[in-house]
Amino acid sequence: MIEFKSVSKLYADGTHAVDNFSVVIPSRKTTVFVGSSGCGKTTLLRMINRMVDPTSGAIEIDGENIANTEPVHLRRGIGYVMQNSGLLPHRTVIDNVATVLFLTKVPKVEAYARANELLDTVGLDRSLAKRYPGELSGGQQQRVGVARGLAANPNILLMDEPFGAVDPIVRIDLQAETMRLQRELDKTIVFVTHDIDEAFLLGDQVLILEKGAKIAQRGTPEEILANPASDFVASFIGADRGKRRLTVDSKVKAKGNDVVLIDAGGYAAGVISAPGGKLAVGSASPKSRSVSNKTSQAGDG
Amino acid sequence: MNLIIQGFLWIFDPAHFVTTATGTGIPDALASHLVLTGVSLLVTIVIAVPLGLYIGHTGKGRLVGIVASNVSRAFPSLGIIAIFVVIFQPIFSQNTNFASAIVAFILLGIPPLLAGAYSGLEAVDRQTIDAARAIGMTEWQILTKVEIPLGARLIVGGFRSSTLQIIATVTIASLYGNPLSLGTFITNGLAQADYPQMIAGAILVIALALIIDGLLAIVQRFVVPRGVSRGTTKTRNTARGARLAANSGTPIMEGN
Ligand SMILES: Nc1ncnc2c1ncn2[C@@H]1O[C@H](COP(=O)(O)OP(=O)(O)OP(=O)(O)O)[C@@H](O)[C@H]1O
Ligand SMILES: [Mg+2]
Repeated sequence: MIEFKSVSKLYADGTHAVDNFSVVIPSRKTTVFVGSSGCGKTTLLRMINRMVDPTSGAIEIDGENIANTEPVHLRRGIGYVMQNSGLLPHRTVIDNVATVLFLTKVPKVEAYARANELLDTVGLDRSLAKRYPGELSGGQQQRVGVARGLAANPNILLMDEPFGAVDPIVRIDLQAETMRLQRELDKTIVFVTHDIDEAFLLGDQVLILEKGAKIAQRGTPEEILANPASDFVASFIGADRGKRRLTVDSKVKAKGNDVVLIDAGGYAAGVISAPGGKLAVGSASPKSRSVSNKTSQAGDG
Repeated sequence: MNLIIQGFLWIFDPAHFVTTATGTGIPDALASHLVLTGVSLLVTIVIAVPLGLYIGHTGKGRLVGIVASNVSRAFPSLGIIAIFVVIFQPIFSQNTNFASAIVAFILLGIPPLLAGAYSGLEAVDRQTIDAARAIGMTEWQILTKVEIPLGARLIVGGFRSSTLQIIATVTIASLYGNPLSLGTFITNGLAQADYPQMIAGAILVIALALIIDGLLAIVQRFVVPRGVSRGTTKTRNTARGARLAANSGTPIMEGN
């Protein structure tokens, strides 16, 4: 469990990046910070591994104030994945993943064995192990970044817009992969994005932030969608534009029992099955969510 | 006969290989030139490298780094060296004061190396360094495992410039009698109107500079880590030499 207690960050140039922020981030769940550019998401995230120290307030991990933990030691126990992968360009893929282990003096053979396993975990072919980051695609680099983040087997994984720079198809793949990892490895993931769809997709808990990391709303995606706390939230999640309010298209007839749904703008938004003219119902259960484009994974859990 | 050929003939004349009462032998002059250069370089490294790395790593005292870069960019002009030598003329002409001469060489050698070390580190992608820190590297590990390898090409480039700077300055310093170097032949040739000797001195200095610069250029290629040389993206299996050939940096220094 990570707890922010009245945390503020005032940068030297006078920017109030974070203003009196308090929240509890539960263990083994994914918490997403979402908000527009400059609202303080990265600052919040980097305070967890002491890349940034708060001006006031305290951050506790499992009840221990991290201000009392030596930053280097703390960082070695927390995975960190950033937007542009941040890989060391002069080290091979396998060395990049193993670097974290070398830092903690894990013997070479063991470190490489673990690094190879991690390539499997993040869905990278082992034949890429000897390549340099510059010889990988953006999506592959991000996978290596995730593998490196997982190398030390940390309980906490911080991800700062990790899929912001990859194309939509690869992003969907990586998002699905992240959800699978979370399910399989049971990590506490703190994820930063400015994409509300990504936030709703990945988050068990979502925090919508305004400037100064002011919490506009906190809750599960369902809670937020059902009950936007303010006009700001409604606008941020697209509810005000009717993007989230779907109706059945009366004109188009889809095949079988499916009917087409349209949003308030009149754009096609999806399909729903309606056997015998009765719309299908289900119950929200975030853990079972999967959007992989691989059919074998669709609807699992 | 062509003066250049006479210069070469002078060099290959066995009589000029030994030091006699009437003249210095080439090996002795060369040895002195190398010792002066080597000693000056050692001290230059001890001062400029830690300072440059410190500035580059911490960003503190960047003004020093910037000034050093600008000063060293102005160096190739012989005029600056000449002015410098004139200022230090009293020191060079003191027969006994070897140490003072070295101080002058060091002062000229420091800026390019300091600038190289500083700009080598400065040129490393900030996000790479940030990531290295975020995964738990200590500042020392960031310096030695990330910044120095990635900045190595520019650091060695600075060393190359310093070396040539000092070789050139040692030559010119002999204009004022001391210290003994290959420049001594130029000075003596001029004084005695012995033009073959003068040309021979010039040829020797140029040859020395070219050989040492060539060796350092090779070193510079080899310090560039794999994975970062330009255009590696699709040249994974290219022979090392071929890939690196396009990547050798030219030192700022072009004089001598
Ligand atoms: N090192 C710094 N010094 C001064 N101001 C900073 C620093 N880092 C961030 N800021 C400022 O603090 C505010 C919050 O920045 P932060 O990077 O946390 O935002 P963000 O929500 O991550 O934005 P983005 O979505 O663009 O990444 C911004 O106004 C930014 O300009
Ligand atoms: Mg950010």
